[in-house]
Amino acid sequence: MIKTDVVIVGAGPVGLFAVHQLGIKGLKSEVIDNLDKAGGQCIELYPDKPIYDIAGIPECTGEELTKNLLDQIKPFKTNFHFNERVQEINSEGDNWIIKTSQNKVFSSPNIIIAGGVGSFEPRKLSVKDAEKYEGKNIFYSISDKNIFRNKKISIFGGGDSALDWALELSKIAEVTLIHRREEFRGAPHTLNQIKKEGKVDIKTKFQISSISGQNNIESINIKNDDGKETEVKTDYILSFFGLIMKLGPIAEWGLNMDKKTIKVNTENFETNKKGIFAIGDICTYPGKLKLILSGFHEGALASVECFKRARPNEKYRFEFTTSSKEIQARLGVKNK
Amino acid sequence: MPKITYIDSSGEQRTIDVQKGLSVMEGAIQNKIPGIDADCGGGMACATCHVYVKEEWFNKLPKTQDGEQDMIDMAFEPKKNSRLSCQLIVSDELDGMVVTTPSKQT
Repeated sequence: MIKTDVVIVGAGPVGLFAVHQLGIKGLKSEVIDNLDKAGGQCIELYPDKPIYDIAGIPECTGEELTKNLLDQIKPFKTNFHFNERVQEINSEGDNWIIKTSQNKVFSSPNIIIAGGVGSFEPRKLSVKDAEKYEGKNIFYSISDKNIFRNKKISIFGGGDSALDWALELSKIAEVTLIHRREEFRGAPHTLNQIKKEGKVDIKTKFQISSISGQNNIESINIKNDDGKETEVKTDYILSFFGLIMKLGPIAEWGLNMDKKTIKVNTENFETNKKGIFAIGDICTYPGKLKLILSGFHEGALASVECFKRARPNEKYRFEFTTSSKEIQARLGVKNK
Repeated sequence: MPKITYIDSSGEQRTIDVQKGLSVMEGAIQNKIPGIDADCGGGMACATCHVYVKEEWFNKLPKTQDGEQDMIDMAFEPKKNSRLSCQLIVSDELDGMVVTTPSKQT
């Protein structure tokens, strides 16, 4: 069991800055995220899109913001637990016991939920019977490409994942690339390379309409805008339609919810449960704005209440980073 | 105020007044119209405010900007008349517009 002052659920920008606000107060946090790296929506949804409303930073991308936030919290040597989702929480005295999908157990007086819109999952194929073949003949990511050797593969999607895998798998398999329009979102040079090598059968303006097979997929039907159907012999389907966000187990924790968001008070961003806080996109209150800068503010206020709960015998004293020797020591600043 | 009609996948119609300048997505969210999730809050980053626009209105809309079609690629059952409702800004010209929501958003 890992004991800590605060467990933060979500490693997006708001979760990362909460680490900072807790860290300068001398509190240790552990961060859990379902993705394989930090950044949340900034990294998954818009890594290259410029953001123009971070105070003091005229322009930066989601990727740059994430990198800078990670640099900013480096002094606190925070542990990150990636590829894990919090499954269950239980109260034990003044503490919360937190269990993850990898069966890790944490004990902490505070939980800060900075979960955005929930955890990311691949968007699934919506065609009938798709579920039956998922994990067997239908994949949303690839762990071992060798299972596709000399097979017939139908790849769906227009982004980099679809293009990269079409090119890569065309070296060992018979690949059909199917996309709903002529323009591809993915890198033009990959598409050019695919066309130059000429090994991939590209079918644009088509979408999947049905799957046929018994125990395994044998073929699929694809349909274009005019309703024309074509059969494609297929052993495996690879579907790359990006990620969706699902709230997941958080909905079962007995928190006051408003649709997919958690109600908090604006004094310390605590939920209806003592010691459970919600900040960033996942919290709601009158006037809430889903902005990164709002999430930073919410984390700062939540960190004060976290301090009071984690250090009940100490007096909280508000201090500035510019003048506090204690904070500067925690940040590893060498006094000049 | 311009009126926007939202038809859900079961055919149920809801017509509401939406303030000029709001998006068709915001009109739906503020009036608790089902069928539009808008997970990302209007950032053209999630494709969960996907709607089908009735043809006579579709052609009156400003063209999609870079990125919107990319997101529609990922939407649930996109069609020729698919748009992201967060990108449709309500104006007098769009008074009476009819949009249909897909059977699901994810």
